[in-house]
Amino acid sequence: MLDRIIEILPELNTAFFETMLMVGISLLVAILIGLPMGILLYVTDKGLFLENKFVKLVVGIIVNLIRSIPFIILLVFLIPFTKWLTHTTIGPLAASVSLSVAAIPFYARIVESAAREIDKGVIEAAVAVGASPWMIIKDIIFPEAKPGLISGLTITAISLIGYSAMAGTVGGGGIGDLAIRYGYYRYDDTVMFTTVIVLIVLVQFVQYLGDFIAKAVNKR
Amino acid sequence: MITVEKVSKVFKTKAGLVNGVENVSLSINKGEIYGIVGYSGAGKSTLLRCMNILERPTTGKVWIDGVDLLGLSSKELRGARQSIGMIFQGFYLVSSKTVFENVAFALKAAGVPKSKRKNRVLELLELVGLREKANDYPVQLSGGQKQRVSIARALANNPKVLLCDEATSALDPGTTKSILKLLKKINQELGITIVIITHEMEVVKEICNRCAVMQDGRVIEEGSTYEIFANPTEPLTKAFIQTVLSFELPAKLLDNCTGTLMRLQFRGDIAGEAVVSDMLQSFPVRGNILHGKVEYIGETPLGIFIMEMTGERTAIDKAVAYLKERVNQLEVIQHA
Repeated sequence: MLDRIIEILPELNTAFFETMLMVGISLLVAILIGLPMGILLYVTDKGLFLENKFVKLVVGIIVNLIRSIPFIILLVFLIPFTKWLTHTTIGPLAASVSLSVAAIPFYARIVESAAREIDKGVIEAAVAVGASPWMIIKDIIFPEAKPGLISGLTITAISLIGYSAMAGTVGGGGIGDLAIRYGYYRYDDTVMFTTVIVLIVLVQFVQYLGDFIAKAVNKR
Repeated sequence: MITVEKVSKVFKTKAGLVNGVENVSLSINKGEIYGIVGYSGAGKSTLLRCMNILERPTTGKVWIDGVDLLGLSSKELRGARQSIGMIFQGFYLVSSKTVFENVAFALKAAGVPKSKRKNRVLELLELVGLREKANDYPVQLSGGQKQRVSIARALANNPKVLLCDEATSALDPGTTKSILKLLKKINQELGITIVIITHEMEVVKEICNRCAVMQDGRVIEEGSTYEIFANPTEPLTKAFIQTVLSFELPAKLLDNCTGTLMRLQFRGDIAGEAVVSDMLQSFPVRGNILHGKVEYIGETPLGIFIMEMTGERTAIDKAVAYLKERVNQLEVIQHA
């Protein structure tokens, strides 16, 4: 069994980095697009300083639309878009496209609910002091929601690790792909167990790291 | 300094339209401490929030220092708000910022360059007595200290007006006193006009020059604090006054009372005791003070006594007539 593990190590190593790449890229996209989107959902809400029913509705519908499609279907549905964007439909980079599309609304909703945890009075006090909307977002909402934003990112990362296994099945590579190829198609239990253990360790580590950072930035 | 003209605020709720504030007009003078009292739901908080347009009045006008706040663009309004400080019952400090950063944020919002912020923040913390707490986070502070920080934040941009929304309601009586003292100092030393919303008549008695009583979105009574305390006309006002000037006599005492019971009120410089002793020497009656106290409304004393008078009815009537001319108010509660 140990021989088999050693034998599979190079492939496992590649798969691990492919997973990290997919999750990393989509997490980055989630921060770049999902975070502002979530803030937008929050500040355009009723009673807030940028209240805007129309924007709130449109963004809300887009987010719900993507979130209502099961990931495995989204994966197939986005193949033409992936092809147009990356000129290929296989490999971790191609898989990152649909992972990112799924990550954006996922994180946006988490950001929105993290921002909602802030006492509205704190935001009102900033409005009363004459702060501009951008300043309130940057200097009040963002730091106040930081612990929630970080634990939200942890949740997103762990979900993405799970999703990346599905992406593996359509040629995305990564640990999930390895597990399916050897464990499912070839009945190679050793590889399957190894990948499962790697995934468990990875998820535990991400969770621990996320909790640690979230705690460190929490001043409450 | 503050003029509120025919302001109404209508809220849309599931139950239909609700009048938060109804046709209120007020004029608050420069340098004044003005109190607005009422039970919760009376609309006083909404009225206050209309004064810096945190709540946009449905109809009416609001001027602060000659500026028509409702005629401003949102950018101009932000500028105007920098000269209107506001503090809240819940303090609303930013928990992820230190005391220093909380105060500095107000300066940043007003576009004060970073280099100039530090001295000003320390100056403000000195004023509220929290200089050594500059690097603490709000969670490390007591309620009174939090309110001091929020006062420092509200004063950061040298406002002309300070709006206080139930600023002492979450504090214990001792801390309330010290915060009120601080507000008074700010009013006297910096000349800032202060508007205080409260349900505690004690607060009004302590520091307000004038006050208004609100009920169901309307101002039902308004005047100098002394007048309101000495001569309340509306039942609600009387109820509020009673929370401070309570003269409840035990029922047993009233039952055993054999003479005429009366309530005397002395204002300002009239020495109550001398008038009573003069009366007792002039008429063949006996007087027995059952209850009495002198309250200082601001600086002016207001004395109230409950007296039992025994003797011939005709003598009592004469004594009452004598007193009526010399005291500010005399009310016969019950005859023998």
